[in-house]
Amino acid sequence: MSTVSIPDFNQTIPIDSVGVEERVARLNKRSIKTESKLQGLKLALSMIDHTTLEGSDSEGKVIQLCKKARLPYAPMPDLPTVAAVCVYPNMVATAKKALEGTDVNVASVATAFPSGMAQLHIKLDDTRYAVAEGADEIDMVISRGEFLKGNYSFIFDEIAAVKEACGNAHLKVILESGELETYENVRKASDIAMYAGADFIKTSTGKIQPAATQPVTLVMLEAIRDFYRETGIKVGMKPAGGIRKAKEALQYLVLVKETLGADWLNKDLFRFGASSLTNDLLMQIIKQETGIYQSNIYFSND
Amino acid sequence: MSDRIEVLKTYKTYVGGKFPRSESGHTYPVKDSSGNKIANACRCTRKDVRDAMVVARSAFSGWSSRSAYNRGQILYRIAEMLEGRKEQFQKELELAGLKKKVAAREIEQSVDRLIYYAGWTDKISQVFGTVNPVASAHFNFSMPDPTGVVGIIAPDNNHLLGLVSVIAPVIAGGNTCIVLASESNPLPAITFGEVLNDSDVPGGVVNILSGIQSEMISHLSSHMDVNGVWNAANNSDNRKQIDENGALNIKRIIHTPVVDWADEKHENPYLITNFQETKTTWHPVGN
Repeated sequence: MSTVSIPDFNQTIPIDSVGVEERVARLNKRSIKTESKLQGLKLALSMIDHTTLEGSDSEGKVIQLCKKARLPYAPMPDLPTVAAVCVYPNMVATAKKALEGTDVNVASVATAFPSGMAQLHIKLDDTRYAVAEGADEIDMVISRGEFLKGNYSFIFDEIAAVKEACGNAHLKVILESGELETYENVRKASDIAMYAGADFIKTSTGKIQPAATQPVTLVMLEAIRDFYRETGIKVGMKPAGGIRKAKEALQYLVLVKETLGADWLNKDLFRFGASSLTNDLLMQIIKQETGIYQSNIYFSND
Repeated sequence: MSDRIEVLKTYKTYVGGKFPRSESGHTYPVKDSSGNKIANACRCTRKDVRDAMVVARSAFSGWSSRSAYNRGQILYRIAEMLEGRKEQFQKELELAGLKKKVAAREIEQSVDRLIYYAGWTDKISQVFGTVNPVASAHFNFSMPDPTGVVGIIAPDNNHLLGLVSVIAPVIAGGNTCIVLASESNPLPAITFGEVLNDSDVPGGVVNILSGIQSEMISHLSSHMDVNGVWNAANNSDNRKQIDENGALNIKRIIHTPVVDWADEKHENPYLITNFQETKTTWHPVGN
């Protein structure tokens, strides 16, 4: 980082919102069929952060979720596993144990998810606790209130401090784009997160509407591209919340390919935060392979 | 005035309470009894079947959880609206080659048949539900419950009456359905969709597709989300295919290659129970 100068975050990078939305609409028209569709669906499956973030989560539910992560669909054992299981910090140990011996990571939300309304030392303790329990990846939320006040250095310092607390764990920074109001703010928050040391930037918690949208994702992907050109560092992207259909997942993959290139088309640099997407992908994969439309009553919920 | 070109109606499909065209954009010509082209109808494909399935499934929970009394009211309302559209159906049935009197009789019978099934909605569980004697301390009872989404292959004869005779018992029992309209004359089916749309039937409860039946049957009968198939058309190849595909998820399959739908035996509560599952409840009681 020493050779990279940190830009002035008070400068706003203008975003052409009409252009962004039109580009997304145009890329959505791309038709992906037969063999490429099947490969795309399998790739998307391997990129999922299989998520449960409910107040009602229990050990049993997390263990069930992990079983599905290891073996998404028993009749087709050759399918890829999902990339990670994403849970609350107090469920990390349970998930870690249930995923022993696989290369499925455990991701944990931390820093007073989903609001982020807590003191810094509490957020850092939350993070350290999750890492000590065995989390491989930490999903943190930024303080949107401070961001909207224009207190950018607060956000920067907070992310840098959490990054330090993460140690070897990967850090994903949740911008919660639904609360940032404008594309310019999304872009700015992305830049702050990346310069502060984020390994991934993530759209949303899934608790606020709108959650992930494709235009917001495109703005963030362009921020990643510019950051890569500036620094040579590849930062990952994770749209999360509201992605339920396999078709949308393929559209996201097209956005990534067209903005960042094929280097980003793997689970180390791109993830989907989702819970119900897994079943739709499985149903579409089986449809591709057998020609028979599937029903979700034959697929487990977790 | 004599130079005026007549405006022919474009027949679309009826899916989810709307009238979309086929996703494929294809149409096929519909001919009258003497071989003249009278209209174009949508030639639906597997994707239209898939889309209709999604709406039929999402309409199921709302429709099946309505009170049986309310479902009866809605069926009665369909009959009322059909009565009000007699003239249009009269014209369409005459185009298909029916004599004036026969067509009028067919429409009247269709209205009566709807009213017949409207009356059954809140009686089905009274008549077919049972209280069962058991040896343990339980109150044990069985009730008919709707099967789910039913695929209907509409008959090729009695274009209106045959259609009403297969749709009414299915929806009276709380199921939702996807109907493949008669291939040779889908026009009354699509017009019937307009009747449904005017009569308080929630969107998605009845979905009507037109096109070449054999192009859609394999996808409809193999779809894992379809719970039953009522095949009222008389085609042995299709019948075999439906039986084979139905085995995939053990669909409830009924074949009725009926010659004359005007026969009163088609007013029959067992046609409702064809697409009902028996749910038995063991309710603990004290001694």
